[in-house]
Order: sequence, then C-alpha cells, then structure tokens
Amino acid sequence: MSSALRDLPRRQFDSLVIGAGGGGLRAALQLAQADAKVAVVSKVFPTRSHTVAAQGGINAALANVLPDNWHWHMYDTIKGSDYLGDQDAIEYMCRAASKLVIELEHAGVPFSRLDNGKIYQRPFGGQSQNFGGEQAARTCAAADRTGHVILHTLYQQNIRAKTHFFDEYFAIDLIRDDNGFILGALVLEIETGEPLLIEAKTTLLATGGAGQLFRTNTNAHINTGDGLAMALRAGIPLQDMEFFQFHPTGIAGRGMLITEGARGEGGYLINKDGERFMERYAPHAKDLASRDVVSRAIFTEVKEGRGCGPNADHVMLKLDHLGKEVLEKRLPGICETSRTFLHIEPSEEPIPVYPTAHYTMGGIPTNRHGQVVVPVEQGEECIPGLYAAGECACVSVHGANRLGGNSLLDIVVFGRAAGNDIIKFLKENRYHRKIDEASVQAALDHLHRWDQKGEGESVAEIRADLKAVMEEYCGVFRTEEILQQGVEKVLEIEQRMKNVRLQDHSKIFNTARIEALEVENLLDIAVATVTSALARQESRGAHSRIDYPDRNDQQWLKHSLFFKEGRRLDYKPVTLQPLSVDTFPPKARVY
Amino acid sequence: MNSTTTFKPAQTELSPEQELARLRWQCRRGMLELDMFLESFLEKSFLQLTATEKTAFYTLLNYPDQFLLEYLMGRSVPLDKDVAHVAKKIQAAAGP
Ligand SMILES: Cc1cc2nc3c(=O)[nH]c(=O)nc-3n(C[C@H](O)[C@H](O)[C@H](O)COP(=O)(O)OP(=O)(O)OC[C@H]3O[C@@H](n4cnc5c(N)ncnc54)[C@H](O)[C@@H]3O)c2cc1C
Repeated sequence: MSSALRDLPRRQFDSLVIGAGGGGLRAALQLAQADAKVAVVSKVFPTRSHTVAAQGGINAALANVLPDNWHWHMYDTIKGSDYLGDQDAIEYMCRAASKLVIELEHAGVPFSRLDNGKIYQRPFGGQSQNFGGEQAARTCAAADRTGHVILHTLYQQNIRAKTHFFDEYFAIDLIRDDNGFILGALVLEIETGEPLLIEAKTTLLATGGAGQLFRTNTNAHINTGDGLAMALRAGIPLQDMEFFQFHPTGIAGRGMLITEGARGEGGYLINKDGERFMERYAPHAKDLASRDVVSRAIFTEVKEGRGCGPNADHVMLKLDHLGKEVLEKRLPGICETSRTFLHIEPSEEPIPVYPTAHYTMGGIPTNRHGQVVVPVEQGEECIPGLYAAGECACVSVHGANRLGGNSLLDIVVFGRAAGNDIIKFLKENRYHRKIDEASVQAALDHLHRWDQKGEGESVAEIRADLKAVMEEYCGVFRTEEILQQGVEKVLEIEQRMKNVRLQDHSKIFNTARIEALEVENLLDIAVATVTSALARQESRGAHSRIDYPDRNDQQWLKHSLFFKEGRRLDYKPVTLQPLSVDTFPPKARVY
Repeated sequence: MNSTTTFKPAQTELSPEQELARLRWQCRRGMLELDMFLESFLEKSFLQLTATEKTAFYTLLNYPDQFLLEYLMGRSVPLDKDVAHVAKKIQAAAGP
C-alpha cells in the first residue's frame, strides 16, 4: 500500500452527490428529507453553479395563459428532439412537470404572477397547442432570474434538511470494485490541495454540461463536463455526444448570446464586403432561416475568406439602420452587452458575431429513474450504485435537440426521480461495500500525474488548441472530411497532453492543477464527441452533415454510445413506446 | 435570497500569490459574463487596487451571481459607495 493511499483521509456517507446545480440539489433534497446521510460535493460554492444563468424559465403545461396539457408538451418535446428522444422518459417528464413546478413554488420559488394570482407563463419556440397547432405559452418564469431562484431555494431547503456540503471540492474519479459497484469518489479540497476519499453506497453525477469544449460558447468557465469524463474513465459509455446545440449568433471571441430577436427586429448579417450574405444561402427566409442554416452560412463566409476583423474570423450583425430608439426599446439587453463587453454602440456600428455552443444534449446514459445503464448482450444493465441527472445525463429527453425551458425541467424531474430510486437502493443495500484499494490508487495516480516536474507544454496552450479544433472541425459545419481531420487533430492533442507539465506545484488554491484536470476531462469528451459525429451519417437535430443532409430513420434512429477503451462505438434503439399513450411515430420536422 | 458565502480576506498567513490564487477561484462563477468581468479584472487590475478598494472587491464577490451581474452591467448601483466605485471600475475594464 502506498503512503498516499495509507494516509488518505476517508469519510463515509449513504449517498454522494457530485454537483450542486439544480439537478444535484433536487436529488440531495429528496435524500436528506428521507433521512439519508448525504454529501454534496461542488467545485464552486453551490449557488454559483451554472443553473444560476438560466433566465428564460421552466416548462410545465399549467395552462395558466393559454390552453395546454402535458400530452401536447410531450409531442413538442419529441418533435423537437427530432424523434431521438426516448418517449417513455419524455412522457414521464411532461406528466411530472406541473406537480414539480408547483412543488418548487411551495418550496419558496417566487414565480412571476398573472393578475389572477396564478404563475406567469411565456411562449417559447417549439411550443404548440393541440399537437402542432397554435403557439402555446408553457414557460414558467420568475422574472429573468428563474434559474437563480430555483438554485437558491433548493440550496436553502437542503441546508434546512441538513445535507452535508463539501464546497470547493473537486471530484477527480469514481471508485469502482471488480463487481462493477460504484463506491464513491476521490475528491480534492481546492483550498488545501489535499485529496479525500468519500465512500458512499450510491453516487450521483450531476456535474452539468461541457460548453467549454468549444472556443465560442455561452457557458460559464466551470462547465468542463467533469462528470462525463469521470464516467468514461470508469468504463461507462457516453451517449449521443454528437448532438451539441449551437446558437448562430454569439459575440465573436466571447460567446455571449445575441438573441434571435435581433434578426427578428430587422437586423441582418454582413461579411467583410458589406454583403448581406444570407440572401445567397436562404433567398426567402434570409437572416431568419433556421439556426443551423444561419450558423453554417456564417462558418462558410469565414472559411472562404470573407470574414471580418484582423483575423477574418467572424461576421457582423448590422443593427444601426433600426435607429437608436427602436434598439433601446426592443433590444435593450443587446445594447447593454455590446456596450459593456465590446464598447460598441449598436446604433452606430455592427456587432461581431460567430456561432456559439450552448447545450450538451448527450451525456451519461440513464433510464428514467436516473440509474446509469450500459448495454449488455441482451438489452441493458444498471451500474449498481451509480446515478446521473441533469445536463451531464442523457435520459434521453432532449434527443437530438433540446427545447428552451426543458432543461430546468429535466434537472428537477430527474434529480427527484434519481433521489427516489436511491432511497430504494439504500433500503436494499444497508452496508458499505469494501473499498477497492486498487481503484483508489488509480485515482490517486491520476491526480499525482500532475506532480511531474520539468519542462513541457502549458495547459493553456492545449486548452486553446483543443477548443479551436473542436470549433472548426466538429462545430456547425460537418462533413466526412472535416470530421476525419477533427478526429486526427484531437488525437494529436491527446498525445501532446502527455508532455504537459505544471510549473506551479503549490498546494493552497492551486488553480493551475484544477485547470489541468479540467482540460484532461475536456479532451476525453472531445474524443467522444468528434468520433460519434464522424460515425453518424445523417442530419438530425443539432447534428447537421453537409454530405448527408437528410434524416435517415432507417439506419440512424438509434442512440450512439462511445466507449473510451479502444474508442469503440456501439448503438442502442430509441424507446419509441411511451408509458401510457400511443407512440408519436417519426415525421418530417417542419415548423 | 441571501444564500451567499461569507468570503473574507484570508485570516491565515497566505502569501500574496496564494491570496491571488484563492481570489481566482472566487471569480469562477455560474455565468460566462461574470467570469469575463471578474477574471480579467483580477489579473489586470487587482494588485493595483487600494486597500479600501480591495475590501470592496471582497464584498462584491460575496454577492449572489444575479445581483453581481446587475451591478456589473450597471443596471443597479450598490448602496455602499466604495463597492459601487469598484463595480464601476470592473465594468469599465470589461471592454475589448
Ligand atoms: C446562458 C444560458 C441560459 C440558459 N437558460 C435556460 C432557461 O431559460 N431554461 C432552461 O430550461 N434551461 C436553460 N439553460 C440550460 C440550463 O441552465 C442547464 O442545462 C442546467 O441549469 C444544468 O443544471 P445541472 O444541475 O445539470 O448542472 P449545473 O447547474 O451546471 O451544475 C453543475 C454542478 O456540478 C459541479 N461540478 C462540476 N464538475 C465538478 C467536479 N469535478 N467536482 C465537483 N463538482 C463539480 C459544479 O460546481 C456545479 O455545482 C441555459 C443555459 C445557458 C448557458
């Protein structure tokens, strides 16, 4: 036994939750209220989790503003997923939505109100009445800070329920025994730089998305998909990683969203010659063509040398012709963002934009109880003791494309479901299993790899290169040739990673070491994403291939599963059978 | 909503580098906008701040993300004059 292993401090809990966003906190609350001894680990203070950024709202067919019901919501979600979503999980989520939103209200979430006192609901894209009819209004909002109030409410409820928080602890790897049981995780206290083993009968991954995979993205810097990579390293596949939601207009080089509203109000895109290029790509819809068409057009302009700026790496969104008054009134957020971050007055100058990565549809494969599942010869099997929920999981309710307002719903519905299933598991598994010391040693070795001294490349270089490669070779413009190059380039970076060395070997708040661990995680996920994207020869939802422009249900109505070992791909069928209603068979997706 | 941290200047004997490292992690927030505001300000300007400004910066870091965003975007102004002053400085430094 190594001395590091012998001296390792250890704590025991019934249940470990990794991640304190909405998904993790909802699960922890369920557990703590059932008197389980639960630990929540978060790399940042819980209320600084990315859930805090969600401004739009959470979907539930409450019918407070317009007629609505869960079955219509289910239809919209399935159609939005381009039929890749699992219909049993989608039915479960849409049926649970109203109850859970009202539960949040009772827990203290101050939703905005209608005059009659009911919860305010706003219309969002992709919402319909009566299975594709008139626009619905399904998104419940607490002004423009829905995620913030949900997160703070859940945090306070957890404090009350006596959940044990490990704030500013970074989870490194899962601990697994030879029988395949997950027994907890090795974590690192960021303040002291000391590792800690948290032993638990169940472990829930709720670590959020991986937007930092791409150079231009809307996500907070903490969104490095750590849980996804931990699962990969524990031998668990990642599902549907080729599906990443992009938004056509983010601020170039920065990533923040410029809403579609800007083009809706009459703004348009120009290249370096001042040409309104969308007229060439979509003569009718022009700048209001669908997201993927606009994103690809921007990419093409830049690729063909018509980009703007000193590096010719973006295009411009022109708004000045709308006049200061209209801009201030209808697009105040955009004016504010461009003034603050670009020092640009949109009524005088155009705004530099580029497609921006927004949401990770793929993730750790789970069933609707939050149990992590892997394929076996006949069907699938649960990994005993392991659960996942939220953006890091793939249940799959978003399929190939997520609808706005559905991910806050996803995190509370499946956070709670996972909590309930864990309670059952704990009843059947009363004792801690014996810790597999070899697995702990492997996790420690992973951490201590960063103690290697000497000259080498820097983490920052690797990260910048990886993000640029992913944006260029696995972004919005995908062909066989481009993706093939993407795979090669990512694998080259993987080789380079071996020669990376840290210069700072201090312990206290060594953020360089944390960043190295994060980049390692991004790299694992990048391989999964680009490999899955190369293999899928069709266009579906967010994955659009120039060389295979159509959806191909015959061959590709299936989920992909990427395994780290041997970079192997496998597939599993989409669940088309809902729980209690008729299936919605795949149809062309037109809006 | 007041589920905030109670982050203060370090009580123990941290070196200036360690203190900066500690602050760096406090600048990791739940929103991209805040990361941009805080991380670049910390690297470029923190060491030049006066003692009063540094204290005000600590106070700002204790605000929940949504409120911090309101202040840094200039949508509202913190009551404390020193904090308001530092918020303005951060905002001004956020440009290209
Ligand atoms: C700008 C923006 C706006 C959005 N608006 C909406 C909206 O209006 N409606 C909607 O439904 N969705 C919206 N979304 C999506 C939604 O916010 C997210 O999908 C959702 O909040 C994810 O929640 P989560 O609980 O899965 O993860 P997160 O909230 O991301 O939490 C992840 C947690 O994991 C922890 N963690 C991660 N790695 C580690 C590690 N290695 N060790 C320890 N802890 C770790 C983090 O500290 C954090 O606590 C938006 C997304 C963005 C980017």
